[in-house]
Amino acid sequence: MSPEMNSVPNTIFSPELAARFDKLVTLYPARRSALIPMLLYAQDEVGAVNDAVIAEIAQRIGITELDVRNVISYYSLLHTKPHGKFHVQVCTNISCMLRGGNEMLAHCKEKLGIGNKETTPDGIFSLEEVECIGACCWAPAVQVNYDFHDNLTTEKMDAVFENYRQKAGKS
Amino acid sequence: MADVNLTVDGKKVTVPAGTLLIEACRAAGIEVPAFCYYPGLSLCGACRMCMVRIEKMPKLQTACTTPVAEGMTVHTETPEIAQARKATVELLLGNHPLDCPVCDAGGECELQDMTFKYGAPTSQYVEIKQHREEQQWSPVVYFDRPRCIMCYRCVRVCGEGMDVWALGVQNRGAGSVIAPNRQDHLDCEECGMCIDICPVGALTSDTYRYKTRPWEMNHVATVCTHCGDGCKTTLGVRRADDGMEIVRGDNRDKSGINEDFLCIKGRYAFDFANHPDRLTKPLIRQADRSFATATWEQALELAAKKLKEVRDTKGPDAIGVIGSNRTTNEENYLLQKFARTVLGTNNIDHHRTADYVSFVRALAGKADRAASLRDAGTAPAILLLGNDPTEQHPALAWALRTNVRLNKAKLFLVNTSDIKLRRQAKAFLHIPEGGYADAVRFLGSNDADFHGIEGAADFRDALRAEPKLLILFGSEFRGHDIDALVSFGLSLPDARFACLADYANSRGAADMGLLPDLLPGYRPVAAPGPFAEEYPNLPQKPGKDLIEMFDAAERGELGALYVVGANPVERYNVDPASLKNTFVIVQEMFLTETAQIADVVLPAANLYEKGGSVTNSYGDLQLVKKAGDRAGVRSDLELIVRIADRMGAKPQQLVPFGRGLRADTGQSRGAQSGEADRHSIWLASRQIEPKVSPFDPYAVLDEIARLVPGYDVERMNLLAGNDVRTKLVSIEPAASTTRRDLVLPAQDALFTSGTLGRYSAKLAEVHESHRKSPAETAAD
Ligand code: SF4
Ligand code: SF4
Ligand code: SF4
Ligand code: FES
Ligand code: FES
Repeated sequence: MSPEMNSVPNTIFSPELAARFDKLVTLYPARRSALIPMLLYAQDEVGAVNDAVIAEIAQRIGITELDVRNVISYYSLLHTKPHGKFHVQVCTNISCMLRGGNEMLAHCKEKLGIGNKETTPDGIFSLEEVECIGACCWAPAVQVNYDFHDNLTTEKMDAVFENYRQKAGKS
Repeated sequence: MADVNLTVDGKKVTVPAGTLLIEACRAAGIEVPAFCYYPGLSLCGACRMCMVRIEKMPKLQTACTTPVAEGMTVHTETPEIAQARKATVELLLGNHPLDCPVCDAGGECELQDMTFKYGAPTSQYVEIKQHREEQQWSPVVYFDRPRCIMCYRCVRVCGEGMDVWALGVQNRGAGSVIAPNRQDHLDCEECGMCIDICPVGALTSDTYRYKTRPWEMNHVATVCTHCGDGCKTTLGVRRADDGMEIVRGDNRDKSGINEDFLCIKGRYAFDFANHPDRLTKPLIRQADRSFATATWEQALELAAKKLKEVRDTKGPDAIGVIGSNRTTNEENYLLQKFARTVLGTNNIDHHRTADYVSFVRALAGKADRAASLRDAGTAPAILLLGNDPTEQHPALAWALRTNVRLNKAKLFLVNTSDIKLRRQAKAFLHIPEGGYADAVRFLGSNDADFHGIEGAADFRDALRAEPKLLILFGSEFRGHDIDALVSFGLSLPDARFACLADYANSRGAADMGLLPDLLPGYRPVAAPGPFAEEYPNLPQKPGKDLIEMFDAAERGELGALYVVGANPVERYNVDPASLKNTFVIVQEMFLTETAQIADVVLPAANLYEKGGSVTNSYGDLQLVKKAGDRAGVRSDLELIVRIADRMGAKPQQLVPFGRGLRADTGQSRGAQSGEADRHSIWLASRQIEPKVSPFDPYAVLDEIARLVPGYDVERMNLLAGNDVRTKLVSIEPAASTTRRDLVLPAQDALFTSGTLGRYSAKLAEVHESHRKSPAETAAD
């Protein structure tokens, strides 16, 4: 495909991301190899891989929207609905479970007043129970957006929430 | 490729290197169970049913993904393997609803068969099953999720086979599910391939779901009545109050020229036969211009009397006859024989959708250069000019896609539009509107430039370098353009040709001489050859073509018009008033625009309700068999004979019946009960079985085989349900070489089928739903 085929008129992405995508699809022997990085970048910028994102990425790569949806639904890290500003991911896999992961999840639910895969009414927090996040040595662990919080107790978790609430207030 | 020797269950097997083990086993007559493996589709290895033990390999192996190797020793049925399959079935049944008693697939379900063979009577699983409601995805396709065993056959056949890619897999692991391309519905070609290929009852069709059980039907393999490809379709029929009702169409035995394929029309558009508007009683026009129902006696008598009257008073030239593209060869042959010998006129024609006359003439003396539909699936290179097979010849499109995919065939396209097959094309020459003649001239020339189209010369050079080429062309080519194209093709090392027409028996209509100037086999009426003796009173002067007949009617010179299975009033925009002085006899299934202006309407059977033969666009001859039956209708063959009889003609002279051997039909019961069958097969294969009725199409077929060049085919092969090649035999060039161009393409697309399509509720519904969808998205 010729280079001008890479860019998309009326892109929904920022100029920087659009430029990045224009390049990304040329880096692999098969265009569709760029799909997963594109989805992750797009999710970070837009907040979710929504219908508009799916349509544009399908167009950029030259595959069907169905193909894009097939991939999105395979990976739990990709989501089609927006999360809260801070997405709290509580691990309940074996190591964390043994060191109180389930209790931590129950605590978060109570503290935030929401259930698994729900978002607080103010849109600040969302909660999700996840599998191992690779922090077993310091279980129980929680990941908020891309940041890790480990060796947690319920008190420490409350402090973590407070910290984020303040951050949210500032911006 | 070199051969490989292996041993399967103690049998020595030799197959070409690269063969998959599962196919090697099948070739040796050993069936290895498989859900996800499907010949011709990509390998998947998902279901683990095909497990076999290969000596010296650890663990069981999947026969569907393992290529054979020299010296392999394989076991396909051992207690260990049975145990593995039992476990697989148990897992598959973990969330399966086991609603076989109501499931469409019950009785012909691969999961049922495998459970019967390997399954355990109990299950380790005690979890509650997850139920999901059945979903309707399109006017055709329904999905019952819990029944799905995730074999991915549907996904692959839709994507790889159909090039539609409308089905996908979403989620992961045990949560995986088949999903349609528009989230909750499908936007696709509605072919039903996914439904037919589904080994269980997860995908079902609106037409058949919850209608009946497979064992309650008779299954009749016949030929689709819609487009010019002539697919074999198996109709499931069931007794109804007024005859035999067709309840299902599918591709059951896959032995046809279409192999795995059927489009929506072959599968679901049989429903016109069950339409409530079907005519089942003859109609006679009354003095007040209204129709009244009549007995067959009255209607046939009146039709015959009027034809006789006009012939005897105004002369044979005052009668016109119009035949059909959807009646059998036998009916077409008989109709023209009736016109020429009983009515005494050459005024006979049909709605032409391709210029076969020019094609046959251009190929005179080169009968071996005419191609079969089967060639489209095997030719190493194909040039397609004009036409859009995806819409107009779906089986051809399937064969071309498959050939490109599996055999890396090279497809060259010349078209004025960007047709879908372009995705399979190696090269595409996008020419301006009306540029076909020019394009052919360019292909044959050494010009550097063609309308400034980039790469045109490369296209031509690549094409000319092909050692073997199949040339297919649409109705855009007529007359001298066909000559030019054929002579270009003949200048290449090895080219074969096919001319695409629109209806199930368009080719047969032309071959059988539904033409004013040509007898069966394209023999000029002025040089009738053997017909001079066969056809007493054969007029030597070419008759009126279809347009001239209506012109004559306008002038008040056409006393009678006999229309069999055609709707010229609608097709040619005929003003009904112009026929006010013409006595019109119409044989039809419905009160079409033409039937509405008739004086006598005779309710006719359709192609699914009678026997005989049809010839597809490519000259492949196949038998049609009677599947449905409707009380009150009669075959066109019978009606022609009955009218002729009442006009005083001798049926024996029209139809050579009563000439067969007197056969001892043998015993039908007891130890010798097989005898009668073997005897009658022997007789039939030699065309000497007794034909005791003038309504026996095989009696007419005998005469066709005797008199129509190229139709003297091997009868046994035909009777066995195979497609048999007819040969185009050279004809003497007719006196005038400039003929009037009377080709009028049907303009049918995937979801339409001429007048017939209007009476198919399913086609109409799908057509409507697809017409709506672009409007919904027009906002962006
Ligand atoms: S009906 Fe045909 S085109 Fe539609 S999803 Fe099924 S296989 Fe694909
Ligand atoms: S719907 Fe049928 S064909 Fe498709 S994956 Fe499920 S079982 Fe296989
Ligand atoms: S491709 Fe033509 S002959 Fe085959 S099923 Fe469809 S309409 Fe019938
Ligand atoms: S189990 Fe929780 S981080 Fe690995
Ligand atoms: S048939 Fe071999 S794994 Fe499915």
